[in-house]
Amino acid sequence: MYFSAKNLTGGYGGVNIIEDCSFEVDQGEIVSILGPNGAGKSTAMKAILGILNNSSGEVSLNGQDITKLKTQDRIKSGISFVPQTNNIFTELTVQENLEMGAFLFDGDINKRINEMYTLFPIIKEKKDQSAGELSGGQRQQVALARALMTNPKVLMLDEPTAGVSPIVMDEIFQHILNIKKQNIAVLMVEQNARQALEISDRGYILVTGKNAYEGNGDYLLNDSEIRKSFLGG
Amino acid sequence: MDFINSIVLLCNFLIIPALTYGSQLALGAIGVTLIYGVLRFANFAYGDLMAFATMSVILVTWYLQSIGVNLGVLPTALIALPFGIIATIAISLFFDKTVFKYYREKKSDPVILIVVSLGVMFILNALVRIIIGPGDVVFMDGARFIIKAREFKDLTGFDEGLALKSTQLITFLTTIATASLLFYFLNKTKTGKSMRAYSDNEDLALLSGIDPNKIITLTWVLVSILATVAGTLYGLDKSFKPLAYWNNLLPIFAATIVGGIGNPLGAFYGGFVIAFTEIALTYAYKKFFVYILPEHLEPNSLVQYISTDYKFAISFAILVIVLIYRPNGIFKGKVI
Repeated sequence: MYFSAKNLTGGYGGVNIIEDCSFEVDQGEIVSILGPNGAGKSTAMKAILGILNNSSGEVSLNGQDITKLKTQDRIKSGISFVPQTNNIFTELTVQENLEMGAFLFDGDINKRINEMYTLFPIIKEKKDQSAGELSGGQRQQVALARALMTNPKVLMLDEPTAGVSPIVMDEIFQHILNIKKQNIAVLMVEQNARQALEISDRGYILVTGKNAYEGNGDYLLNDSEIRKSFLGG
Repeated sequence: MDFINSIVLLCNFLIIPALTYGSQLALGAIGVTLIYGVLRFANFAYGDLMAFATMSVILVTWYLQSIGVNLGVLPTALIALPFGIIATIAISLFFDKTVFKYYREKKSDPVILIVVSLGVMFILNALVRIIIGPGDVVFMDGARFIIKAREFKDLTGFDEGLALKSTQLITFLTTIATASLLFYFLNKTKTGKSMRAYSDNEDLALLSGIDPNKIITLTWVLVSILATVAGTLYGLDKSFKPLAYWNNLLPIFAATIVGGIGNPLGAFYGGFVIAFTEIALTYAYKKFFVYILPEHLEPNSLVQYISTDYKFAISFAILVIVLIYRPNGIFKGKVI
């Protein structure tokens, strides 16, 4: 597999929130991490990024072990992350948000910015507006575009559809499908489990910090026990 | 004719002094606001940092004067400015490494940092008094006036004179130049934008690969430049007295909060708002009304709203009013 995290264990202040979790994503694949509240989904994301201080396990990208790298170096090696909240610079303009996304990269970033405007046409119209003035859906698009500026190989999303209307949710999922077409590995945590699985190739269900179920999207959607427990019947 | 005289009068005693004082406050307030935006605490040591900076400039000025270097009509202090800036950057970074860094890494509350900055304030204050003493120092040289009141009267034939001190013009022009360069840096350069990004959203800045240590060092450098320029301009215009800088902390904080704390452009305008309010409320308008009103309506009193002794009360009142009715300032800043 292109990107994998194996046997992640970790938490805050000595208490383990996740234990022995493993995830894998291939290029051009969308993989969802699902599970009830408090299952450790976001913590797992942090462990993969190296933000979590007390964690063990292995993370590898394209065959290379990146476990020892700091968060910033993991980002440099091709992983990008969109946090659930505060995922844009509200005081900066949309264009400046994109420029900051490419902060680590020298050279001409205008080409990349224009690619982002093609991918997310609505934010091009707002490029000189401060990002804090945009609607929820538009903000999420700016957040996605900022994360994509680094030309990542792996895109990690923490609840990209939290707090947006169902229509906007569909729109964002559509954008994520488009991102997948660029051969990017997408790993996302989602609350809207059913909708997320519909666009996912595979999914993992975490329960109390452990891998409980995994499989392709259809299998998870159609398994009666999983439906009952996690997808609301 | 009387109307023109009244305008000249207001220019001379209200507008020009307020523009000068406003410029000094504006630069100071931008410094306070940058520290708040990036380091997230109100730095009470700022007034004494300005005093330290000005003292450094004075010491270099004296040395330059002793070896016979001068700028002709311009004050020698302008040559000493870069040296003062270097000394101020050095002491700022010293206090950051030895004091502020410890509390930053412990993620202490802003309130604790404020108290810590009070400690730094006392140290700086003592340092300045030990080195140069608590008394008045006049270090202005070069031409004192651009236009003297009498020259203006002779030139124009008006009854009212308009005096323009060279320090007033230097203050205003230097402030505009410094502020323009700073805003260009913050809004147009990659490093400046990353500084704003860090101030806006620290976590996301880290995820974008922005190095917090570089941003913090840069902030101290910018703040030191602003403190040195503002302090020197104030010292040239009035005179150097360590306590005056400490006193200026109140109007500077008022300007910062009026403009919206964390917002540099707001702080810039805030400085002028405070200066104009302070001078407009303490100016005695009697002569002005004598010019514009018919004779039988002329006022008997001085028509001064508040005695100049209470000028700091005006800053304080504005501060309180803004905090009650518009806590994030006239321009959008962070709510404190």
